[in-house]
Amino acid sequence: MDLRIEIDELISAGAVSMAALRLAKLWRTQSGLASAAFIVSRYEKLRDKLPCIRYRLAILRSFTLEPIIPLLRADAFCRGIDLSVYVGDFNAYSQEILDKESALYRFAPDAVVLAVHTGDVAPDLWRQYADLAQGSVGNAARRVCGSFQQWIRALREHSDAALIVHNFQQSSRPSLGVLDAQIKTSQFAAIQGINDELRRMARENRGVYVLDYDALVARQGRLRWQDERKWLTTRMPIAADQLVQLSREWIRFLLPLSGKVAKALVVDLDNTLWRGLIGEDGMTGIKLGPEYPGAAYQELQRALLDLSRRGILLAICSKNNLEDAMEVLNNHPGMLLRPKDFAAMRVNWNDKVQGLCEIASELKIGRDALAFLDDSAFEREQVRAFLPEVAIIELPADPLEYAATVRDCPAFERLALSAEDQQRTVFYAEEGERSKAEQSFRCKEDFYRFLEQETQVARAAPASLARIAQLTQKTNQFNLTMRRYGEHQIADMAARPGWQVLSIRVRDRFGDQGLVGVAITRDEAEVCEINTFLLSCRVIGRTVETAFLSYIAGGAVARGRRRLSGWFLPTKKNIPAREFYRQHGFRLEVHDGDSSLWILDLEQHQIRCPEWIKLTVANEGDNT
Amino acid sequence: MTVSEQIRGIASDVFAIPVEHITDDSSPETIEAWDSTQHLNLVLAIEEKFHLQLTPEEMDHMRNIGQITKLVASKIQTIRD
Repeated sequence: MDLRIEIDELISAGAVSMAALRLAKLWRTQSGLASAAFIVSRYEKLRDKLPCIRYRLAILRSFTLEPIIPLLRADAFCRGIDLSVYVGDFNAYSQEILDKESALYRFAPDAVVLAVHTGDVAPDLWRQYADLAQGSVGNAARRVCGSFQQWIRALREHSDAALIVHNFQQSSRPSLGVLDAQIKTSQFAAIQGINDELRRMARENRGVYVLDYDALVARQGRLRWQDERKWLTTRMPIAADQLVQLSREWIRFLLPLSGKVAKALVVDLDNTLWRGLIGEDGMTGIKLGPEYPGAAYQELQRALLDLSRRGILLAICSKNNLEDAMEVLNNHPGMLLRPKDFAAMRVNWNDKVQGLCEIASELKIGRDALAFLDDSAFEREQVRAFLPEVAIIELPADPLEYAATVRDCPAFERLALSAEDQQRTVFYAEEGERSKAEQSFRCKEDFYRFLEQETQVARAAPASLARIAQLTQKTNQFNLTMRRYGEHQIADMAARPGWQVLSIRVRDRFGDQGLVGVAITRDEAEVCEINTFLLSCRVIGRTVETAFLSYIAGGAVARGRRRLSGWFLPTKKNIPAREFYRQHGFRLEVHDGDSSLWILDLEQHQIRCPEWIKLTVANEGDNT
Repeated sequence: MTVSEQIRGIASDVFAIPVEHITDDSSPETIEAWDSTQHLNLVLAIEEKFHLQLTPEEMDHMRNIGQITKLVASKIQTIRD
């Protein structure tokens, strides 16, 4: 209920896009008949202010399906389609199609669904099958196919609308029992024959598509699908909890028909394409292969390969060291996907929102043509907040369900396939080589401004000691010295004269990121030495490090220091921090093996907080 | 949330009226949007939410929110028992 109240408040406050985000969240978390009605009624208040495409769907039917309409419209709204629906009169589909003056054509649909139940158009092939003389089966089937032929022809003549034809549902209890499977003129074969014929008609007529209704019912379970009681009382043959499945199946057609498709799928690497972190666990530690648990990830890779055969581009956006990632992509025996399968890659420590924007411009497609696959709910939420036009795949908690989730995503549906589609990744890979030089985000600064980051620096306090110690122990990537400390050591240093233990919190327009950075410095004579400087990988690549350093430099100057110094102690994992001192104007003073000491002359050099970051201090006046 | 609160929430969604305006006495006579189509939608939404199926006889006895609540509560109790 809370989300509903929030949505209504957002709508009355005129916060349109936020309200739309929350409505989509409501649909994601509780898609059902009640929430659908709520969502439709609220979207109707917003429809003129949202960038939706309008689409008109007519549904011709032989049974009650009105309760599905809110489900369908809610789902469509959440995908950016403002769907108007016309439902033809009960069992009047034949007249409506044949009469060019009918309400159907006056509605001017973009697409027409023809949903006819087997028992309604061919009762003799359904419940009365046992009565049918063997010789009459063919006639009955031919009569049905003849009707469909006529309807398709009439519709093509009177309208340009796409036609989606439900094929015929098989009986869950054949009239002849198990005998049906033994004989040549079985009920199953008769219905199958009609379905084959429908498929042929669809191939031969422009803009006609088959919806495999029988497969849908079978997938959900024939006995679960049917609700005999509702059928007899309300002429609705489908159980209440299955209605949403039919709505979803329609969406699979409406997205490609209305052009709302994802052209590229951007995937994460660690814990998405394999289990584990390559930067931490290494080639032998990550799980990927034909056995459990690696098999789940291989299954997902198989699903991604299938998408790429369908013409959907694959791309990588991962926070990793490029060398580590390439090692897996090139050499891991469990990988089904190889570098050639990806049309673009962003493997670095930048924000994923930035990575997605770069990938879209590199592939020369709109951001609304991107889909995003990442096991981290945090990354997904972030992308959703900043790039609501990107289709985000909600991965379930269990990796064994990853592949099915990707296969079920309607944004990847296609109604036709060309030779180019199957080759597309190759074209892009070539194009990518050509234009690599000009690929960076058009304006990084715009992105930073967009984030509206607010940072707050504070001295270590009893309440933050545990988190500070934890960060020194856990942070591997953006960590200049990798010194690990316990809580009591942090407390000790904070109390020692000349020492500063500082933490930084970050908030952005998305929300509070919490305490995400630590710096420890020690004054000695004219020098302020940076003992520890680290940031959680959540906020790497957003210039928070510059803001934090500007505060440290300012404090050192205020305390009368002349130089700022710091060691960079390299490990296999802290590559993101390697250029930190050089980029901020420090000069290299000492090289000792792999380690390096850097010095900044504070009298010559000032470090400014980036203008897009608001920096405040928790206990002002303490920084001396 | 009690059954009563849940039923009123569903009715609020289906009829698109604020939940505060729905009481045990709310019925097709007091709620304008409550026609036969919306009645079916209400029944289906309740079935979906509580994972149960209502018989035609039961559907006939669902004349106001109070009756619906009582019916659903007793069906849930039966399932639990």
